[in-house]
Amino acid sequence: MNWALIFSNATYVALSSSAAAYALIAIGLNVHIGYTGLLNFGQAGFAAAGAYGMAIPIATFGWHWSAAIGSAVFFAILLALLLGVPTLRLKSDYLAIVTIAAAEIIRISMISVRFTWLTGGTDGKKGFSAFLVNANPFGDNRYSFFAQSVNGYSLFITIIGWTLVAIFGVLVYFMMRGPWGRALRGIREDEIAVQSLGKSTTVFKLQSLVLGGVIGAFGGIILAAEKQSAQPMEYGTTLTFFAFTIVILGGLATARGPIIGAILFWFILQFVDNVLEQVARNDIAPSWLINSNNFGQVKFILAGFALALLVIFRPQGIYGNKREMAFDSR
Amino acid sequence: MTPVSRVVSEAVPGAPKQDPILVVDGLRREFGGLVAVDIAHLEVQRGAITALIGPNGAGKTTAFNLMSGFDTPTAGSSSFDGHITSEVSGHRLAQLGMVRTFQLTRVLTRLTVLENMMLGAVNQIGERPWTSPFKPLWAKQDEQIRERAEELLVRFKLDHVKNEYAGNISGGQRKLLEMARALMVEPKLVMLDEPMAGVNPALKQSLLGHVKNLQAEGMTVLFIEHDMDMVHEIADWVMVMAEGRLIAEGTPDQISNNRAVVDAYLGEHQGTSFLEDA
Repeated sequence: MNWALIFSNATYVALSSSAAAYALIAIGLNVHIGYTGLLNFGQAGFAAAGAYGMAIPIATFGWHWSAAIGSAVFFAILLALLLGVPTLRLKSDYLAIVTIAAAEIIRISMISVRFTWLTGGTDGKKGFSAFLVNANPFGDNRYSFFAQSVNGYSLFITIIGWTLVAIFGVLVYFMMRGPWGRALRGIREDEIAVQSLGKSTTVFKLQSLVLGGVIGAFGGIILAAEKQSAQPMEYGTTLTFFAFTIVILGGLATARGPIIGAILFWFILQFVDNVLEQVARNDIAPSWLINSNNFGQVKFILAGFALALLVIFRPQGIYGNKREMAFDSR
Repeated sequence: MTPVSRVVSEAVPGAPKQDPILVVDGLRREFGGLVAVDIAHLEVQRGAITALIGPNGAGKTTAFNLMSGFDTPTAGSSSFDGHITSEVSGHRLAQLGMVRTFQLTRVLTRLTVLENMMLGAVNQIGERPWTSPFKPLWAKQDEQIRERAEELLVRFKLDHVKNEYAGNISGGQRKLLEMARALMVEPKLVMLDEPMAGVNPALKQSLLGHVKNLQAEGMTVLFIEHDMDMVHEIADWVMVMAEGRLIAEGTPDQISNNRAVVDAYLGEHQGTSFLEDA
């Protein structure tokens, strides 16, 4: 077993632009579920709105990149308001169903053959990343990172990604520290009580949906930018569930939780992947259990098992407050 | 100025008051075939403590929900200070000065007691997403809100638990917290739904004191209660509901001697021997 290689690979992935994108998506989700108590199972939809909202205007209609980013934000806000209509009426579990359906509608529309001219279909939408390639200050050079090396473009996207994580992480921290965050946490506990105190819970919930959705959209933009293609399969329910895992791992309703959670999540996933790969290659475990064909699946089985243990033994995550989590919320 | 300690009115259901803060007209709420509330007319005197009593299932809480804008009537209306409550959303009514508590306390469990209180203040500058991140914009107001909250917590003897999560305090303390939090809204009319339910006798006395204080500070109080002793002790005026209707109103003494009220509570045959029929 080459532990040095395993650790360097896992660290490389934990700091990649994908991890940054997932951190953004998780920060947004944390605004919904951690602070406001909105059970949003459609966070992938916001990421898709961001990715396609930027990619299509540039690639198909030749918009300037700054207008395209504006369009991504616009579609994220639009989706938040659309989801807001049922949110105003539905309780948590029903909202979960509606949001997951909305996200799937978006993803399936993107792969529909009829709209392939617009969305790129199953191949994904390409041809929007010229502005990023041109702006890349690192050129085509490769930069080594322990055993791995990263090309200039990836490094550029990674830096943009983590910069956005830092900006939105700090922004969410300060917003939630103020009276607005206090009201959101109040709604999480008991919406009717907050309403009886003269607060329009509808407005607060919509604001929360918009904020978390826009942050998630930037996560989707980073995912698409890294691959220079908006890939419909990226924005499936798996993305939402990974984001949930990240938020719970880091600690619900904490500002740094989703960031550390994303880093740790990708580290663990890659670590297990590499360990299993070496186990399979060196025939350490019996081949009926792990072989070179199935270690990818075994990785996710183990990850799922680890998540179950986490929720049972440490429901507050890494940074969450155990005392705060001790109460049943409804 | 109307007298604050007494209500000048006839002791008949739906009697007009000198200066009503709350007026109910033809208020009706049906759940399927069941008529839960059917009040022809009702007025609540400003500045008075009015008790709403009645047997279980009389429709008191439903009437409360209708009057406070948390439920929509099937027919009729209820107006607070000239605003029709069903046309104004629940949160807007609170901003206009009508605040209510709940039969089953609704404290915000995973917020601290102090946060519960501070949340109650209306018109907070920092309650907009664009102002919230910038502390200098709201710090001064928040400090004033904190001071007011801490004063109220001292008054309600909750200051020693102010940094506890509200989910950690006792049931009686939650009742106190809910009442104190309602006062953060700076209401004109406080509606208390069974403030004494499940509260021990010692705490009951202090709650009584708090309710009297509300009146002394110029607020109007309307409360639902089962305990006639308490009603006698603090209420200026009593309204009685049975089977969704307002069947009687009057001073506590008048109500105690009212035949219809006794019938409603104990059944129409009370006092007559079953043997007489035989």
